[in-house]
Amino acid sequence: MHELPVMNGILRVVIRHAAKHRVSRVTAIALRVGKLCDLDAGWMQHYFDYLTPGTVAQGARLDIEWADVVMHCAGCAREFTTEPKSQGFGICPHCGRSGGEILAGTGYFVKSMAAQ
Amino acid sequence: MENETIRLIEVKESIFDDNERVADTLRARLKGEKTFLVNLMASPGGGKTSTVIQTVARLEESIRVGVLEADIDSMVDAERVAAEGILAIQMRTGGFCHLDASMVSEGVDVLGSVPLDLIFLENVGNLVCPAEFDTGAALNAMILSIPEGDDKPLKYPLMFSVCDVILLNKIDTEALFDFDRHRFEAGVRRVNATAPIFEISCRTGEGIDAWVAWLTAKIETHNA
Repeated sequence: MHELPVMNGILRVVIRHAAKHRVSRVTAIALRVGKLCDLDAGWMQHYFDYLTPGTVAQGARLDIEWADVVMHCAGCAREFTTEPKSQGFGICPHCGRSGGEILAGTGYFVKSMAAQ
Repeated sequence: MENETIRLIEVKESIFDDNERVADTLRARLKGEKTFLVNLMASPGGGKTSTVIQTVARLEESIRVGVLEADIDSMVDAERVAAEGILAIQMRTGGFCHLDASMVSEGVDVLGSVPLDLIFLENVGNLVCPAEFDTGAALNAMILSIPEGDDKPLKYPLMFSVCDVILLNKIDTEALFDFDRHRFEAGVRRVNATAPIFEISCRTGEGIDAWVAWLTAKIETHNA
């Protein structure tokens, strides 16, 4: 549902960095997206393509790396990686306790971009 | 001259950086003004407007309240709240599915935060998008209503992880639905170890006093 504002946010970052580096065309954008984000890669590209005509990022390919969800166990204080929407989500594999603080696996991060 | 060689530019920037800066600024400003901003999130029909009305009716009269209503394109909620004699303004997000901190800052300015002790921000009805955008609120509250089902924490973990308090609304309808409170709480605890859960019914008033007492203590601590 919120592909448009998110892709707009990504485009804003890309345009700013393109201007800073004086490039005229961005061909690919490397993103890191948390697995807790409810967006689909295909739809992200679709909305991005809708926004970019006439900008430096027109036709740019999105390369998405999905970042694991990492939590800090409220029981044994160890960190663990957990798969959203799986049965064991949020359960510490070390002590079996459920829940804790989410340390990673959210947000949208522009890592780099390939440009001409 | 245009350089035709492909080059790699390091960006290393989160798209939420700008929003978080605006949110932190607003939070600091409202702390200074002694105004407690509560971001209220829920699905459409979860009971956000009813909760605001029932809560304000039970707050001590000395607490001055304003309400920011967000909606994609209607005025219905603000009209309903204003009809109760509560200061309210409607913000139309123009198709946006959430509020960001800039929109909230503008709304707070229009409402006039200085004389207020408490502002309720009724976010757009949605369990996905509002969870990702920091509004600058001092407290994130979410409402889940019984008819929505006890599996929602597992379907929308981000929302349940960012809230500081959860209101389980419409408990008067429990007999009609297969809602397992233990399953619900277990789901919440997978992503949120600390948020208290208050069971309420805006229709019967059950449980609202306990929530209001908890909220009042939070307001007093923040505005001290």
